[in-house]
Amino acid sequence: MSRVRQHVSLNEQLLFELGSPGRRAWDFPALDTESRPLQEIVDKELLRDTVEGMPELSEVEVVRHFTRLSTWNYHIDLGLYPLGSCTMKHNPKVNEAVTRLPGFTNAHPYLPAGLVQGVLSVQSALESCLAEISGMDAVTLQPAAGAHGELTGILMIRAYHQARGNPRRRVLVPDSAHGTNPASVAISGYVVGHIPSSHRGTVDLEALRGLMADDVAAVMITNPNTLGIFESDIAAIAEIVHSHGALLYMDGANLNAMLGITRPGDFGVDVLHINLHKTFTTPHGGGGPGAGPVAVKKILEPYLPYPVLAKDSGGTLFHNADRPQSIGKVKAYTGHFGMHVRALCYILANGPEGLKETTEVAVLNANYIRFKLQGVYSLPYNSPTLHEVVFSDKNQDKRGVSVWDIGKRLIDYGFHPPTTSFPLIVSGAIMIEPTETESRDELDAFIAAMLAVAQEAETNPELVKSAPHNARIRRVDEAAAARKPVLRWKG
Amino acid sequence: MRYIPCSESDRKSLLGSMGLNSVEQLFSGIPENLRLRRLLNIPAALSEPELLAYFQKAAAQNAEDYISFLGAGVYRHFIPVVVDSLISRSEFYTAYTPYQAEVSQGTLQAIFEFQTYITQLTGQEVANASLYDGSTAVTEGMLMAHRVTKRKKFLVAKTVHPEYRAVMATYSRNLGIEVHTIDYLPTGRIDLSQLENALDDTVAGVIVQSPNFFGTIEDTAAASSLALRHGALSIVNVCEALSLGILRPPTHADIVTGEAQSLGVPMSFGGPHVGFLATREKLVRQMPGRLVGMGADQEGRRAFVLTLATREQHIRRERATSNICTNQSLCALMCTIYLATLGPRGLREAAEQNIRKTDYAVTRIQNATSHRVLFPSARFNEFVVQLANGGEDRLQRLLQKNIVPGFHLGQTYPELGDAVLVCVTETTTREDIDALVEGLK
Repeated sequence: MSRVRQHVSLNEQLLFELGSPGRRAWDFPALDTESRPLQEIVDKELLRDTVEGMPELSEVEVVRHFTRLSTWNYHIDLGLYPLGSCTMKHNPKVNEAVTRLPGFTNAHPYLPAGLVQGVLSVQSALESCLAEISGMDAVTLQPAAGAHGELTGILMIRAYHQARGNPRRRVLVPDSAHGTNPASVAISGYVVGHIPSSHRGTVDLEALRGLMADDVAAVMITNPNTLGIFESDIAAIAEIVHSHGALLYMDGANLNAMLGITRPGDFGVDVLHINLHKTFTTPHGGGGPGAGPVAVKKILEPYLPYPVLAKDSGGTLFHNADRPQSIGKVKAYTGHFGMHVRALCYILANGPEGLKETTEVAVLNANYIRFKLQGVYSLPYNSPTLHEVVFSDKNQDKRGVSVWDIGKRLIDYGFHPPTTSFPLIVSGAIMIEPTETESRDELDAFIAAMLAVAQEAETNPELVKSAPHNARIRRVDEAAAARKPVLRWKG
Repeated sequence: MRYIPCSESDRKSLLGSMGLNSVEQLFSGIPENLRLRRLLNIPAALSEPELLAYFQKAAAQNAEDYISFLGAGVYRHFIPVVVDSLISRSEFYTAYTPYQAEVSQGTLQAIFEFQTYITQLTGQEVANASLYDGSTAVTEGMLMAHRVTKRKKFLVAKTVHPEYRAVMATYSRNLGIEVHTIDYLPTGRIDLSQLENALDDTVAGVIVQSPNFFGTIEDTAAASSLALRHGALSIVNVCEALSLGILRPPTHADIVTGEAQSLGVPMSFGGPHVGFLATREKLVRQMPGRLVGMGADQEGRRAFVLTLATREQHIRRERATSNICTNQSLCALMCTIYLATLGPRGLREAAEQNIRKTDYAVTRIQNATSHRVLFPSARFNEFVVQLANGGEDRLQRLLQKNIVPGFHLGQTYPELGDAVLVCVTETTTREDIDALVEGLK
């Protein structure tokens, strides 16, 4: 059976074009207290009459509106999402159920500790699991996302050096790094230095040695890197970094490649962030919320954002804000608790064997795709890869077909495009990460689609270059949208 | 493992097709001496019934049956059932960031609607796709004003949420940005004459919150016009977004930041919530975070797309306007559905009940107890009670009666003595308020 066929998809206007004055989808209990006239309570000049432009809708219209919109999305419950470095894996349903328990959703962050022991026990258990999985000593759950975790980690490195008298000036980042790495370095007040990659696609050790100096505060690596290659010289990298008194930061975006196999803490990493929305199945939500806990070695523990979880003498968990060396707060309260529940639920569902199996199958699936597609798609680096594989559009480019076109044509075959044009060190990069939650059947369907598109690039390049043909819309004129941005409905 | 659709025989056949016999061979790139040669020391796997029991037990250890008057930046409001029902559609919650417009129109249009709602509520011209939360939103607003003005000094009202000010301090410390605090008056509002004296042509921005941390509605227009006189940007922060349903919007501000948790997002022990940032059209290229624009596809049909990405880290790397790579899409969707459900009249009704019930609570405490309600200026849904002697005992007794009377201000505003910030919303019943008053007697 072919994977796709046409079906009716309903159009839907903007909320602001719908409804009619007087319709309503809400009701509140009548006011149950005595009350003075409103103007006696609040000066009239402080009040507005109405919110201009807001529509009045019935519940049916609201439900249909968002249901129609929802059908326009590709999503993981529909099929494989080959986005490299994004780890789009199945989001277990039980995670959603337990997160919605009223004891969690109704918990206020300022309740006395004695009244939120259940919440704190979840956070505490998650911290312990993440520390063990990463081989680190302490964890903060406060950062809201991966990039926020990067910022937190770099600020801690800064505080560590500052405590030794000099914050230093530079942070070195490989040229294959995710864009958030240099951006997080800059916002931490550091200057970015770039480490070139070797012909193997890994950090060029000689180049690193040449770049190291006493003004380097940290080296920020991703391991396995964005090509899916494990930095086999990682121990040597750590030694070089440490010999200059600098610290080793690891971007944990690709942690799904090493669960129970190897641990950053065991190969010299001093601090890493962990994306709960990648490895630990908290849903991407159409672009957030994420969560970016940071795990550190003992030497950085004093600098963790406050408060940190602690236990009093009676065994009661509480958040301790008395942390004189802390970098401060990076976010109000203690992080995305709703994501903490989901991540812990996932870890407990797996246990040690399940997590190891997760990584094994993730790596197996990625290598299966690599094996089936290499040759048809050019493989710029021949090193062994783990959870993802990066091809390039070199073969298809000869026909004028770019990675962008290939991705768009995959939509017609019922798949979301892979990550394209990243990492930057590969021209026309096609980055594929299937994850462990895809069956052989789904992998084979994806491989067949990739091969079909490659074939079309040979025989009918125009078809690929003008794709998608079967989506709700054709390609969007992005340049025009950016030239005269329309960012809200004006009626 | 039930989330992994790969049986032992699948594994063998996948390996076999590659000419391999063990998955171990795929890990050859990881040096032997770096391998973990034991199982991870984490709890053994739980079945689904065991998982449910584990979390039900943990959830039951939290104070569910308490009457709570806690607010202080996180608010208990009624959330219509339709909100969770719609965001539970996996088409929304299991979708990735909408980089591929052709298969993400649902998320993109919903974000565009969120952006529109935020501009309507704040009286601003443009809003972004959302930020992590209010604390990081106001901090990003500060960094944005720094980029626009090229100045490094900020004047921040002491009545801006203390945790938000703490986050600003963390970010600003290493960028050479100075943050100075401006006091409040006995009215509860910012001391405008102190602000005026502190202002000069080196100030990048003035940051005021309304309703402020004490619940007092600020004269943000006065603060804005003082800022304007010195070429500084005016930033207004709103922690209690429901107030925008009834209070005059800060149209005069250059940047409006805040937290929209009040609009349909559960408290969830402080997150995930949803920050917002709105501003003037002319400043749009200095904005942080994602933006969705309306445009057209090749056939001229209306289409939505992420736009102005050249500001962002994946294009500009260390020269980006911010290191942010994500927004809070799903929480922004909760707000959008909430606002669609309430509409302008429902929003006003909810906001008005907050004001009226709060006024009732203030009046009752003033008339029936020996405690002082501080700050006479108009308020939205919070107020400060300064406790008479023995206040601490009374608070303990209230806790024993399953009443959490509010947020104790002793740590953050020691000058107020034994004072509690009390929050009353539309979900607070008259019975709840009367019980609090009784307990405070």
